[in-house]
Amino acid sequence: MIEKTDVVIIGAGPVGLFAIFELGLLNISCHVIDNLDKPGGQCAELYPEKPIYDIPSRVSISGQELTDDLLAQAKPFKPVYHLSQQVEKIEKLESNEWLIMTSVNKSIQAKCIVIAAGAGSFVPRKLPIKDIEHLEEKNILYAVRNKSILEGKKLLIVGGGDSALDWTNELSKASNVTLMHRRKEFKASPDSVSKMLELEKDKKVNFLLGQIQGIEDLKNDKIKVITKNNEETENFEVDYLLPFFGLKMELGPIANWGLNLDENLIKVDTEKFETSVPSIFAIGDINTYPGKLKLILSGFHEAALMAQECFKYCYPDKKNIFRYTTSSKELQKKLTSI
Amino acid sequence: MKISVTDRDGNKQILEADTNSTLMEIIRDEGIDIEAACGGCCACATCHVYIDDKWIHKLDPIDDDEESMLDQAFDVKKNSRLSCQIQLNDELDGLELELAPE
Repeated sequence: MIEKTDVVIIGAGPVGLFAIFELGLLNISCHVIDNLDKPGGQCAELYPEKPIYDIPSRVSISGQELTDDLLAQAKPFKPVYHLSQQVEKIEKLESNEWLIMTSVNKSIQAKCIVIAAGAGSFVPRKLPIKDIEHLEEKNILYAVRNKSILEGKKLLIVGGGDSALDWTNELSKASNVTLMHRRKEFKASPDSVSKMLELEKDKKVNFLLGQIQGIEDLKNDKIKVITKNNEETENFEVDYLLPFFGLKMELGPIANWGLNLDENLIKVDTEKFETSVPSIFAIGDINTYPGKLKLILSGFHEAALMAQECFKYCYPDKKNIFRYTTSSKELQKKLTSI
Repeated sequence: MKISVTDRDGNKQILEADTNSTLMEIIRDEGIDIEAACGGCCACATCHVYIDDKWIHKLDPIDDDEESMLDQAFDVKKNSRLSCQIQLNDELDGLELELAPE
């Protein structure tokens, strides 16, 4: 089934969320796609607790508060969020509209695409070890998609954050699990940590101090992981290695859409914030133009100007009458509808 | 003041630095390949460097925040630091460091 909307916004960070609002004021409906499982982008993923001091009128606001407020501000316009998925392909239809296809085979038809993807989408950080690509997704898993393949197997989980601890606790029910971390202190929820330590005491989980040094393919569906703690090395033969070193940002499939790029940034004009491909816009940290500053407030401004141009694609026969939220009865009705 | 940076291919570069900057900013603004994804707020570990042993004791000690973020770095050593957390000062003129793998 193909879902239909006016605009697809790629990226649910602060600038993508504010774009819903600016487009909404012009009666333009939006679907928003993000690879994370929650809206907020870097604000919610990297620094939810850290204060931001340069949002106009907000003396200090945390990444999470900013996200929550932007979500509330966008809510009257009933945006549809498609989370935990990445846009993989876009296709121009005969109607001149776009067909946007995501990594979970969702298809959305829209008149415009707004790329508000920041520094790209968040993907697991891979091990910086040479010649292990052929083992990734086979013996080396950066995410657990299918728990059942791990049952009864020997696993080495590496990391000290929530993902490492939560999977250690969960997978130890049905697999032989060793957790390795560089120190016996964890940056995970206290519940998960105490549960893991309990499992270790009951000998249901092995804990090991150390770091990964190398990986060898044993060619029998197993791998040898060479680990090091201070100067001591130890080898582990395991079925699966699960490294959890947080997330990094990658431009991903956007790089292949034929847009004019400048070192992983998308070139736009400063009147409409349109890319080299008509009806595809780029706003926020992902775009570049002379004088660009990577600030959230610049992205907000870019969203407002982008929306003016989107209006022409969405309502080609209508005149866009510029109105203020302070004076327009129609806008006020919409904004106070919930 | 000057600092000496060895990249992941072993090439050494001498950079002009100043005391208004962090170590990460000097490396990044020179165009050397350091990701520094979070922009310097100690929320990722992509500006991980190894400080030369001669210099490590001249730095302010590592705090809990930085130590925790190093959990996301690979091959953490005793001389590992996040370069965004190192504010340069005149004492650090001549500082030598190496970029960590990523």
